[in-house]
Amino acid sequence: MERYYVDHAATSPLHPDVIEVMTETMKNTFGNPSSIHSFGREARKIIDEARGSIADSIHADFQEIVFTSGGTEADNLALMGVAFANRGRGKHIITSQIEHHAVLHTCEALEKQGFEVTYLPVDSQGFVSVQDVKAALRDDTILVSIMFANNEVGTVQPIKAIGDLLAGHPAYFHTDAVQAYGLLPIDVREMGIDLLSVSAHKLNGPKGIGFLYAKTGVRFIPALYGGEQERKRRAGTENVPAIAGFKKAVDISQAELGEKTAFYEQLRTSFLETLQTSGIDFKINGAEENRLPHIVNISFPGTNVEQMLVNLDLEGIAASSGSACTAGSLEPSHVLSAMYGHQADELTNSIRFSFGYGITLGQTITIAEKTVKVVKRLTGK
Amino acid sequence: MKKPEDTRVVVGMSGGVDSSVAAYLLKQQGYDVIGVFMKNWDDTDEFGVCTATEDYEDVIRVCNQIGIPYYAVNFEKEYWDKVFTYFLDEYKAGRTPNPDVMCNKEIKFKAFLEHALKLGADYLATGHYAQVKIIDGEYKMLRGKDVNKDQTYFLNQLSQEQISKVMFPIGHMDKKRVREIAKEAGLATATKKDSTGICFIGERNFKEFLSKYLPAQPGRMETLTGEIKGFHEGLMYYTIGQRHGLGIGGSGDPWFVVGKDLERNVLLVGQGYDNDALYSDAIIATNVSWVSDKEKPAQFSCTAKFRYRQPDHGVTVTLLGNNTARVEFDEPIRAVTPGQAVVFYNGEECLGGGTIDQIFKDNERLKYVG
Repeated sequence: MERYYVDHAATSPLHPDVIEVMTETMKNTFGNPSSIHSFGREARKIIDEARGSIADSIHADFQEIVFTSGGTEADNLALMGVAFANRGRGKHIITSQIEHHAVLHTCEALEKQGFEVTYLPVDSQGFVSVQDVKAALRDDTILVSIMFANNEVGTVQPIKAIGDLLAGHPAYFHTDAVQAYGLLPIDVREMGIDLLSVSAHKLNGPKGIGFLYAKTGVRFIPALYGGEQERKRRAGTENVPAIAGFKKAVDISQAELGEKTAFYEQLRTSFLETLQTSGIDFKINGAEENRLPHIVNISFPGTNVEQMLVNLDLEGIAASSGSACTAGSLEPSHVLSAMYGHQADELTNSIRFSFGYGITLGQTITIAEKTVKVVKRLTGK
Repeated sequence: MKKPEDTRVVVGMSGGVDSSVAAYLLKQQGYDVIGVFMKNWDDTDEFGVCTATEDYEDVIRVCNQIGIPYYAVNFEKEYWDKVFTYFLDEYKAGRTPNPDVMCNKEIKFKAFLEHALKLGADYLATGHYAQVKIIDGEYKMLRGKDVNKDQTYFLNQLSQEQISKVMFPIGHMDKKRVREIAKEAGLATATKKDSTGICFIGERNFKEFLSKYLPAQPGRMETLTGEIKGFHEGLMYYTIGQRHGLGIGGSGDPWFVVGKDLERNVLLVGQGYDNDALYSDAIIATNVSWVSDKEKPAQFSCTAKFRYRQPDHGVTVTLLGNNTARVEFDEPIRAVTPGQAVVFYNGEECLGGGTIDQIFKDNERLKYVG
C-alpha cells in the first residue's frame, strides 16, 4: 500500500543532503571537539561552522547559540535556567495556554518550586493578545515565554509586539520557535527576543539536536554540569554528526524559505479545495492569516478523532490530532480547548495535516480524496 | 464466509498474555488483525506512573512482535458513566456490584465493538475464556474449555447480535497452553502475571479506594437476635458470607457476615460457615438477558452460578416479564449476594443471566440480605 506522510509538524524526513553530510562526518570525523589534537580540531571546526550558520539564520551572534539535544531541552534550559538564576529578582513567569508541553509542563514544575505562572488565554482564532501580556506583567515578572507559532493550529503569535512591549521591562523574553524556524524569517534583534528554542528534526534535520539562542548577558543556570562545552552552559561531548546535519538542514531551509512557503500554500489550497468540492462538512481551526503555511487543522463534524486517525492510517495516511497521547489514547487538545472551551465539539473531531519535504501536489489531492472517503464513511454519507 | 485475509479483526488488547495470544493466533490464521488498547481508567499517581501506560507499552511490544498495527481508544468517560457510577450506586444501596459484567455489556462489547466496526472490522476478538459456535443457525455462547478460567459468568449479558460479531480465539484452550504458545512465539507478555481484582482498583487496598468515593459510616455489628458483637467500618466494605476482617474473637465457630440492616446501619453477623442465615432457596433476578433471540418457555429447568467460579446448581427459572425472573434452587445455596450476577447454563451453553435482586428462603424475603 502506498503511504502518505502529512505529519511534518510532528517530525520530518531527513533531507538526502543531510544524510550525506552526516554519513561523511560519521566516517571521517570522530574526534572529540574538546581535544587539542588534529582529530579534535576537525570536529571543532564542524561545530563552529554550524554555530555560525545558525547564528546568522536568526541574526544572532556566534556565541549566543547553545546546542542542546532538541527543542524540549532548549525550552527546559531557558525556563528552568532563567527562573533559578533570577529568582532573587522575582518569581513571576508569564506564558500562554497554547504552548508546547515542553514549556507548559516545565512551568508546572516551576510552580511546584515556588514560582508563580500566569497562563494567558488565546482568542478563538488562536492568538495571544499583547494587551493580555501587558496586563499580566508585574514588577517581579522575570520571564515571558510565548511560542513563535503554534504547532497544532499554526497561528503565528505577535512576537515583535511582545518584544517591543518587554523592551521597557526587565523580564526576559523567550520564544519556542520549534515550529516556525525554517519557514518564517526570524530576527532576534529586531523582534526583541532574548531566548529562542529550535529543534533540527522539524526541518529535515536529525533528531536529538537543537539549540537555544540566549542573548549575551541573559542570566541562566545550566541544566547539565560536567565539561566546559558550550561555554559551560551545556556540558557533554557534542553530537558532531548531528550538528553537521543540522547545519546542512539550516542552510537548505534558509535558502528555500520563500519558495517553500509558496509551495506549501499551494498544497494547502488544493487540499482544502478538494475537501470543499466533495461536499463534506468541515471547518478550519485557527486564523487564516498570520499562520504557518504548512499546517492545516480541520474539524470534521460528526466524526471522532480516534476513529478518523486509525481509518486514515489504515488508508496509508499519516496525520495527527496534534495533541499528546497518554497510554496511546488521545487527550483532548489543550490548544483547541484554550480556543473553544473544554466542551467544544472541535476537541473530539479535529485532525492536523502538515505538509513538508517530498510531498507533491498530486499526492496532496489523493490524500484529500482519501480523507473525504473516510469522513463520508464515518458520518454515514 | 469471507477468506481470512479479507476479514478484518480488531483484537481488544489489554497488555496481558491472553489477548496477546488471541491476536497472535488470528494473525497466524491469516486474518487482517488490528490491535486496539482500551483506556477506561486513569490511575496516574503522584510520580506519573499509570498502569494503563505500562500495559499499553506491552501491547506495543507484542503487536510489533506479531507484526500488526496497534492503536488505543479512550473510553474513560463512557466507563465512568456506565460502569463506575453503577458500581458506586450499588454500594450505596448496600449491594455487591459486579463491574466486570457491566463493563463487558456496556463498554467492551458495546462502545468498543462499535468502535471496531467503525475501523472497518468484521469481528471483534478478545482474550476471554469462552466460545462462540453456530448451532442450528443460531450463535451460542459456550463455556471456555478451561473450566478454571471459564469467563462466561462475566459475559452473560451479551446478546445474539453482539456475539455474532465476536471471536474468542483462546476459548478452546487451557490457560497452560496459552502460556506455552506465548513462550514459543517469544511474546513479551508470556510470563506476565495475570491481573487480579477489579480492573480499576487493581492491587490497591479496596477499602482505601472506596473511601475516596463514598463516605463510610461506621456502626454496630449485631447478631440476628440483637446482641452487639462489635463495630463495623461502613457497610459497603462487607459482603454476604465474608469471614475476614470482622475482628470478633472469642470461643466457638468463626463469625460471618449474614446480612446488612441499612436502615439502622447495622452489620448482621452469625457464627459458623454453615450458619442457617446464610442459606437461601430462591431469588428474584432483574436485568435478565438471554443470548438467544428465540422465545423461552415460561418455566424451565437449567443450572446456574451465583458467583464466579462457583459450581453449577440446579434451578427452576420462571419468567416474570419485564426482564425479571424467579429462580428456585433445587437445594439451598450459601451466601447468594444481591448485586452479583446469576448466570444460567444448559450443559456447556451459557444461556444468559441477570442481577440477583431479592433473596428468599421458605417463601419469605430475607430483608437484610437483599
